[in-house]
Amino acid sequence: MNMRTPLKNVRSLGSAKEGADHFWMQRVTAVANLFLGLYLVWLIATLAGTEYATVKATLASPLNAILLILLIVSAAIHMRLGMQVVIEDYVHGEGAKIVCLLTNNFFAILVAASSIWAILKLSFGG
Amino acid sequence: MSQARSSSGATGRPLSPHLQIYRPLINMVMSILHRITGVALYFGTALLAWWLTAAAIGPEYFNFVSGIFGSVPGKIVLFGFTWALLHHMMGGIRHFIWDTCRGLDIENVKLLSMLTGIVSVVAAILIWAAVHLAG
Repeated sequence: MNMRTPLKNVRSLGSAKEGADHFWMQRVTAVANLFLGLYLVWLIATLAGTEYATVKATLASPLNAILLILLIVSAAIHMRLGMQVVIEDYVHGEGAKIVCLLTNNFFAILVAASSIWAILKLSFGG
Repeated sequence: MSQARSSSGATGRPLSPHLQIYRPLINMVMSILHRITGVALYFGTALLAWWLTAAAIGPEYFNFVSGIFGSVPGKIVLFGFTWALLHHMMGGIRHFIWDTCRGLDIENVKLLSMLTGIVSVVAAILIWAAVHLAG
């Protein structure tokens, strides 16, 4: 017997309210990370052993700066979602779980904010 | 049934053994490695953020950070990060294939799991060899 209200059918939300969203965002960022991640490996490989001026100029170039920003945003979302699942799997005390989930969010945001700041500073800071 | 009271959890009742019993099957191992590499990469992004902010701060600090990354322990960490990235990437592709409902029979599961493990190690070694040889 179907216990769902018509509204729930329309909204397509499960009990977690965001489960389907979470699943899809993880996949979208995974695809983005696949391409951008390979690009990052290539970029770092070319920059290995070069001097500061080369690194700065390379990171500041528009294409690299834009791709890096996209990578950082995608990776931060992906890792935040992934770690959330790990935390929910292993941390069961309600207080500890909330602290861990908050820390997870803040860490992802911190990594993203500092990396994006760095790229913008390299691009525009002179 | 044996008296498996090796752990009792919160309620004190006996739990059925799992890690002590199961043979490490290739798909099991790749699955937990996917999670472990994911967590390792999670913390490793802090290294990327550190390197980028160092580049933005200035040449002296950047060279200092570069020196740390270029040291022997630094390179070991970076190689580990490279492998973790490739392993997690291969695992992700494996999951994508399964998302399309393909490759779910046991033979293909084993094949995909083995490919994940082998390709990630080989690719990590190749990439580092290429960078090293190119100077």
